[in-house]
Amino acid sequence: MERLPRWADVALVPLVSLTLAFTIAALIILAIGQDPWEAITVMVQGTVMDAYGWGYTLYYATSFMFTGLAVCVAFHAAMFNIGGEGQALLGGLGVALVCLFIPWPHWSLALLAATLSAAAFGAIWAAIPAYLQAKRGSHIVITTIMFNYIAASLLQYLLVNTLKPVGQSDPASANFPDATHLPALNDIPLVNLFFTKPVPANITLFIALGMAVAVWVLLWHTRLGYQIRAFGKSEPAARYAGINPTRIIMIVMILSGALAGMMAVNNVMGEAERLLGNSASGAGFIGIAVALMGRNHPLGVVLAALLFGFLFQGGAELGLWTKIPIEMRIVVQGLVILFTGALDVMVRMLLGRIFAAFRARAEGAA
Amino acid sequence: MDYATLLQVLDATLRLATPLMLACIAGLYSERAGIFDIGLEGKMLAAAMCAGAVAALTGSAWLGLLAGVGGSLIFALIHGVTSITFRGNQLISGVALNFLAAGLTVLMAQSLFGQGGRTPPLNGEARFQPITLPFAETLQSVPVIGPFYEEVISGHSVLVYAAFAVVGLTWFVLYRTRFGLRLRAVGENPAAVDTAGISVKGLRYGAVLITGVLCGLAGAYMATALQAGFGKDMTAGRGYIALAALIFAKWRPVAAMWTCLLFGFFQALANRPDVVEAVVQFKVPVPFLTALPYILTVLALAGFVGRAIPPRAGGEPYVKER
Repeated sequence: MERLPRWADVALVPLVSLTLAFTIAALIILAIGQDPWEAITVMVQGTVMDAYGWGYTLYYATSFMFTGLAVCVAFHAAMFNIGGEGQALLGGLGVALVCLFIPWPHWSLALLAATLSAAAFGAIWAAIPAYLQAKRGSHIVITTIMFNYIAASLLQYLLVNTLKPVGQSDPASANFPDATHLPALNDIPLVNLFFTKPVPANITLFIALGMAVAVWVLLWHTRLGYQIRAFGKSEPAARYAGINPTRIIMIVMILSGALAGMMAVNNVMGEAERLLGNSASGAGFIGIAVALMGRNHPLGVVLAALLFGFLFQGGAELGLWTKIPIEMRIVVQGLVILFTGALDVMVRMLLGRIFAAFRARAEGAA
Repeated sequence: MDYATLLQVLDATLRLATPLMLACIAGLYSERAGIFDIGLEGKMLAAAMCAGAVAALTGSAWLGLLAGVGGSLIFALIHGVTSITFRGNQLISGVALNFLAAGLTVLMAQSLFGQGGRTPPLNGEARFQPITLPFAETLQSVPVIGPFYEEVISGHSVLVYAAFAVVGLTWFVLYRTRFGLRLRAVGENPAAVDTAGISVKGLRYGAVLITGVLCGLAGAYMATALQAGFGKDMTAGRGYIALAALIFAKWRPVAAMWTCLLFGFFQALANRPDVVEAVVQFKVPVPFLTALPYILTVLALAGFVGRAIPPRAGGEPYVKER
């Protein structure tokens, strides 16, 4: 196959994939008798045209940054962590326990403790499949899928039987105490000049951005990161170079689970302010799309998370203001994963042919 | 627990195990041919929507079944094109198709019927009706066996019996026919199959399409037999339970049947927590019963219940020339 120039690899391939995905999405909207132009107008207006829309877009984007980074870190070691959903649910449990049972004097301390707790719970939930993969050879994809369902059952049990306050009917924990409420973007000085009305996006956004930088430093500027990437490129070569596979798999999955778990700080502590049954609401899976779209680079993940935040919030707007059901956003997610992930080779073949044709013509002219 | 309650639970087991069995055997063909398929869930969902919609529009459960198989085949074909022709990542393709199915089914049902993403309730000919097997009435008076035959074995829709037939047929195809041998070979060592002059791509496409047909039956059963119509996300993770059952059964058809019956039994018990409590003398949380198939599969994967070794070439695209 024709090798693509670097700029095409980094920018053109995702752009073409995205265009294909959106074209098909538009055709689907036409097929159900709606107007794609109206859809995109509604989406843009409800997401990026005012501070309120941005508040939601950034809120979703924060969650997707965590889960996207989680998938991204694991991908670099050739591990496909499809269990972000379960790890985020467990992270939520970690947040809830810290917020409910420890009296915090100030939100900053609570934030620190909740972040660590969320990370620890997510990490533990990823460590078991990692151990089984490293020591027993159980396929990580299957075990993490199973752990998603086990996490959902575990949470359902805990919410109904232990965390639900007496006399409450819906399966949810008690509301977190006021001292643990995180400042939203409209509470933060300077930022509140733009965000004047209450928005769900909160201080966790900055933790997510910090994590993106941390992941970048880890992967490309530390010895461990080099080992992770070497292991991901070729396990036999890494083994020959003295890299311990068990160690890499365990470390990578623990980091991945911790990142996915931290997502709970954004939605459980920052927004819902209590633990709900389906708190992760699919963000774990969107992380896969985000990592693929972002080409497994932290900067790409941040940008892709913004795109998916836009899609997620825009999809909700569609459900509100048009006859297009909110499920359209799931369709777009699926299309983006299909074209950027599974049909990657097709797009490359296509572009490779075009580049080859141009080169042949240039050589012919010379 | 008295005998009558046991029969009720077993009857429910059979009904709930059927979609698992069909989807599990569906996955077996694909995975034995070396194509991982975590998109069983999506294919079932697509089939359930198509079957529910067409059955509602035409009033015929059989036409619904046909449409269900068609819908599932489209998704199977996309999976084939991405993972066989374009050598894409099979797991990612499966995830993508599950998303697509989850969204598209609601979109289409909503645009066809405008009832909040579900298809209209089915009745009469639009639904597969229970079949009373011969002598069910006459044998009822025979102690123990009579009621078992009448309550558990008899009185299911034709697709339940079809599921068991599919298991037998799959065993025969897999171990007693030339196609079966080649199918197993292409999942273990595609290069050897290629050297023998047999098309790897052809075999794999064949397997993926069979998977599509069987997932179609599973989905159509959900919408036109087990329940009366399609509802949003109605498969509720059954595709993943089927996948779990496939691994637990170590990719063998008869073991897959028993595993699906076991997992179906757990589902039946989860619907009857009172029965469970009466038997074990303490309250068993329903979520635990729901999670049991997944926990058992993890244990199987961990090698505590014998080692589950997948087909060797599973998940790897075959490149003919290097």
